[in-house]
Amino acid sequence: MIDVDPSLVSWSRAQFAFTAMYHWIFVPITLGLSFLCAFFETIYLKTGDEEWKKITRFWMTLFGINFAIGVATGIILEFEFGTNWSNYSWMVGDIFGAPLAIEGLFAFFMEASFFAVMFFGWDRVSKGFHCFSTWMVAIGSNLSAVWILVANGWMQNPVGMAFNADTARFEMQNFAEVVFNPIAVSKFTHTSSSGFVMASAFVLTVSCWYLIKKKHVEMAKKSIIVASVFGLVASCFVGFTGDEAAYEVAQKQPMKLAAMEGLYKGETGAGLVAIGIINNTKVPGDVQDPFLFEVKIPGMLSLLANREFGSFVPGIDDLVYGNKEHDIMGVNTMMEKGKLALADLAAYKQARKSKDDATAEAALARFDVNKQFMGYGYLDTPEEAVPPVNIVFNSFHLMAILGSMFPVIFGAFLFFTLKGTVSEQRWLLPVGLFTGLLALFAQQAGWVTAEVGRQPWAIQGLMPVKIATTNLSTTSVQITFAMFAAVFTVLLIAEISIMLKAIAAGPEVH
Amino acid sequence: MISNLDYVTLQQIWWVLCSVVGALFLFLIFVQGGQTLLWQVAKTDTESSLVVNSLGRKWELPFTTLVLFGGALFASFPKFYSTSFGGAYWVWVLILFTFIIQAVSYEYRSKPGNVWGRKTYESFMFINGSVGVLLIGAAVGTFYTGSAFSLNDMNQVTWQYTLGGVNLRGLEAAFSLFNLSLGLFLVFNARVLGALYLLNNIDLSSVAQLEERLRKAVMTNFICSLPFLLYVVVSILLRKGFGVDENGVVSMVSFKYLFNLLALPHLLLLLLGGLGLVIWGVLLGALKGSYRGIWPAGLGTVLVGLCVLCLPAFNGTAFYPSTFDLQSSLTIYNASSSEYTLMVMTYVALFIPFLLAYVAYLWKQMDSKKISIEDALDHEAY
Repeated sequence: MIDVDPSLVSWSRAQFAFTAMYHWIFVPITLGLSFLCAFFETIYLKTGDEEWKKITRFWMTLFGINFAIGVATGIILEFEFGTNWSNYSWMVGDIFGAPLAIEGLFAFFMEASFFAVMFFGWDRVSKGFHCFSTWMVAIGSNLSAVWILVANGWMQNPVGMAFNADTARFEMQNFAEVVFNPIAVSKFTHTSSSGFVMASAFVLTVSCWYLIKKKHVEMAKKSIIVASVFGLVASCFVGFTGDEAAYEVAQKQPMKLAAMEGLYKGETGAGLVAIGIINNTKVPGDVQDPFLFEVKIPGMLSLLANREFGSFVPGIDDLVYGNKEHDIMGVNTMMEKGKLALADLAAYKQARKSKDDATAEAALARFDVNKQFMGYGYLDTPEEAVPPVNIVFNSFHLMAILGSMFPVIFGAFLFFTLKGTVSEQRWLLPVGLFTGLLALFAQQAGWVTAEVGRQPWAIQGLMPVKIATTNLSTTSVQITFAMFAAVFTVLLIAEISIMLKAIAAGPEVH
Repeated sequence: MISNLDYVTLQQIWWVLCSVVGALFLFLIFVQGGQTLLWQVAKTDTESSLVVNSLGRKWELPFTTLVLFGGALFASFPKFYSTSFGGAYWVWVLILFTFIIQAVSYEYRSKPGNVWGRKTYESFMFINGSVGVLLIGAAVGTFYTGSAFSLNDMNQVTWQYTLGGVNLRGLEAAFSLFNLSLGLFLVFNARVLGALYLLNNIDLSSVAQLEERLRKAVMTNFICSLPFLLYVVVSILLRKGFGVDENGVVSMVSFKYLFNLLALPHLLLLLLGGLGLVIWGVLLGALKGSYRGIWPAGLGTVLVGLCVLCLPAFNGTAFYPSTFDLQSSLTIYNASSSEYTLMVMTYVALFIPFLLAYVAYLWKQMDSKKISIEDALDHEAY
């Protein structure tokens, strides 16, 4: 392995995080607003009411503005795997590439082709075919999320593969296992449904602004009805899928769960922290209290993690140093096995090069015994296996708290809209006005939890990020980081300005 | 049937499939070529709107094809993906940059409140169509000229080219006359295709001068492309190539690509047939007053592109050669995914005809009526 500068790893991570988080401002709106446009247009098709066509075209305009910058910020992500994480992309290309190729083949082309009909086909194709095209854009957008999340799910829980010592990479053994990986399934359902919540919240925000300003009132009320039904159903579903996602994390990535809950000492009948302030001076193995303040719901974490109130949930210390009572192997032991695996792999490669088949076979046999721990062989200390607890804890709790508010908000809007008094609820409209922003915070916090929580791993247990990077100079990555930051910000300023102008203009221009 | 295919056949199928996607991309960059023509052929706001709206109906196709090309290479030849993208970092980053700024340009160019002004977005389109296409050509050129890299036992790439102590990470590709010529040929060919597409797609009945300028652009850009095309073709025929023997040992072989063409006559047919079709398309558009020149010229570009991408990969040739360490060179046999992955993806690829059919159907639906001034000045237009 080539030794790389630690600052290169940090900058490479920063660049990927920056570009991904920027991209994720726009994607969830696309995922959900595409379906909302399809709902609006279907109502128009069924009723023939021109008001619904006007509503459809208005939201489609906002969809288009958002879609363009989503596409612009997205292309770099696919190629960044190669440019900045080339060692990783070789190691996982045999598995990771297939979902990405399928994504391009099915989802992106569906999206791109029907997008032109959706925007410019009003007078060129029949009403029915136009509506069909809008549905295809929605399905295509969401299909594209399936495949990238299958790839992400595999990184969190690598299944359906084996390491090939000759090619020095992971190779796919079972495509179905990769696609139906439980982490990938829960990740897709949780992420796409949270996108529906985001888009519904966006519609709520814009519509509430109209109601407060007493402009386009009828359109705003009609939009709120559809968005609050969609948002209510989706936000309840997000709760269920979130529970499933947390259960899968507990089973497959217990260190991440322990960080999400700030749990250092494992407990039987562990409580769930409802709210708390992390003690930032706490380190694994010391005796300090992990919290300056916390409120716990007794037994709830055990129920969440293992579907059983009285069950044991391991903490960070159990996972780092081991716990014989509960049969948990510590990172320290796994590191020893990992280092043996790497030494045997090197011996195997050397013996193959010198055509010494007997030595090679013996080395390979030894490697096979410990290969599941090979990633741990790259760690310098057991504590390196612990993600930054404060970031993971805070982002997880921010997401969870905001997530639990959305069903209430959407429910309230649905109730008062059906009652016909929504525009009179002076307390509710400002809440709606900020719902979009809150949903955006929840989105970003969710991804921070998922991705910071799996550190130090690029591939869980098998490949730490520090050996996944391209062997670049730190300066190169600093320059491209600055370039991305500059150009994305320039584009974001334009996007927000155009969006605000379009909202201010309202639907009349159509 | 697919499960009976052997590993070598699967590897070859996937190189051909990736080449088809790459060749289609070289055709679809008529959008990029058209972008560089905007300031040259459109002299009024109405003409600009016609050009931008005509191209704007198609801008996502080359964009999506580029993404698919990257995805297909990642999936089927991951060692190329990791070596080239990670190694020639700056070339790929700059190419991607030009596509990032293009992606918003159509949508934002004429929207109220776009902050940076119409000219800025038109400049983004121009940069994408000129610098972006030139660098893509230079990157493809390295299939023939090679790059200075080495791979270790774990297949990690180290880029070896430095200038004054600075590692240029692929930018040195632009120092090769061959790579530059291929890039410039692509730029001018994309402009020819762009002009032919606009002739086909715009209702030119009330903008006669635009039509005249487009027809002139077809011919002038074709003439500009000829010296670069000639240099590239002659250079390919005469240059040494990176041959691979039965044991996988790479060595320099004189006239390697000429021998490849003779050994693989179907590639020679693709090249000659493709060039003939491009010339036919140019004649139709520039001299015959036809609006259909894009079809033969487009098909011709695909055929030439297929030949250019397959020629350095078959008949015992390293398609991504290393000039620093010949034995680090990549062939379609040492750079591919595993047999199982290629087989799974081949099943998936059975859906490609279906995909092409619906893209063609939608294209036909949308282009059944040409872009008119009314379309270009509509409040939802670009």
